[in-house]
Amino acid sequence: MRIGVVTFPGSLDDSSALRAIRLAGGEAVPLFHASDDLKEVQAVVLPGGFSYGDYLRCGAISRFAPIMESIIVAAEHGFPVLGICNGFQILTESHLLPGALIRNQDLHFICADQPVTVENTNTPWTRGYTQGQRIVIPIKNGEGSYQASAETLAELEGEGRVVLRYADKNPNGSQNNIAGITNARGNVVGVMPHPEQAIESLTGPSEDGLIFFSSILQSLVAR
Amino acid sequence: MATIIVEVMLKPEILDPQGQAVASALPRLGFNFAKSVRQGKRFEIVVDGEPTHAQLAEVEAAAEKLLSNPVIETYVVKVEK
Repeated sequence: MRIGVVTFPGSLDDSSALRAIRLAGGEAVPLFHASDDLKEVQAVVLPGGFSYGDYLRCGAISRFAPIMESIIVAAEHGFPVLGICNGFQILTESHLLPGALIRNQDLHFICADQPVTVENTNTPWTRGYTQGQRIVIPIKNGEGSYQASAETLAELEGEGRVVLRYADKNPNGSQNNIAGITNARGNVVGVMPHPEQAIESLTGPSEDGLIFFSSILQSLVAR
Repeated sequence: MATIIVEVMLKPEILDPQGQAVASALPRLGFNFAKSVRQGKRFEIVVDGEPTHAQLAEVEAAAEKLLSNPVIETYVVKVEK
């Protein structure tokens, strides 16, 4: 099972994502922003970081990278894509996911172990969780406040497309405590918290995040 | 030479924590005039000669596609001589 991870100029968590894929038992394939070659991967992760220095808006410039042109076309045909943090921002800028992520309500960069609830286990990235499962994975962002129009929020809630929701307290002003969403088809998932940073008890607050990566491998086997 | 200005603002219904932080800093410095503050972005695009209609249409397209995010922002295009 070949899972790609894209490195943009300014990506930070690309090697962590590659490592999480290997730990889950997959073949991790590094992909580069400047090439449109997906190297026959079966799914792709857009990692966290500050691609293009977050200039203009987070993800706004990365969205037009050559690799994104390939990913957008593939995603529209059901190719599984997971965007984490900056990757989520790139997915909203690409219009693969609705809404936008803006500056945290209190303007702070937040780095914390965050409890979240898994609310949609029908995506290829979350099928290994149980509905309503509470997990703890880190958040680390300055612009993680999820905003969308009232119609979009109603659509996301009505169709069960909220994948992760902040538990206990809302850290950043995200509407409806949204921490992660999926597209109508369910193949594209964006999350602000970092599952790739919670894969081993030595380095993370839990091993809860590993299930994102084992889930995609199971989904690809089941195809 | 002329300068085409693109101003980008968050839509009024979108929370602007940066503008709010500026608004609450002003009175601490003795400036009491502000009822509220919203912060935006300004792009200055220099072109040769008078901007043509076609050029302005292209700038509009770029403002829509790259300079602003229409989900959360609005923009205006102006010409400065």
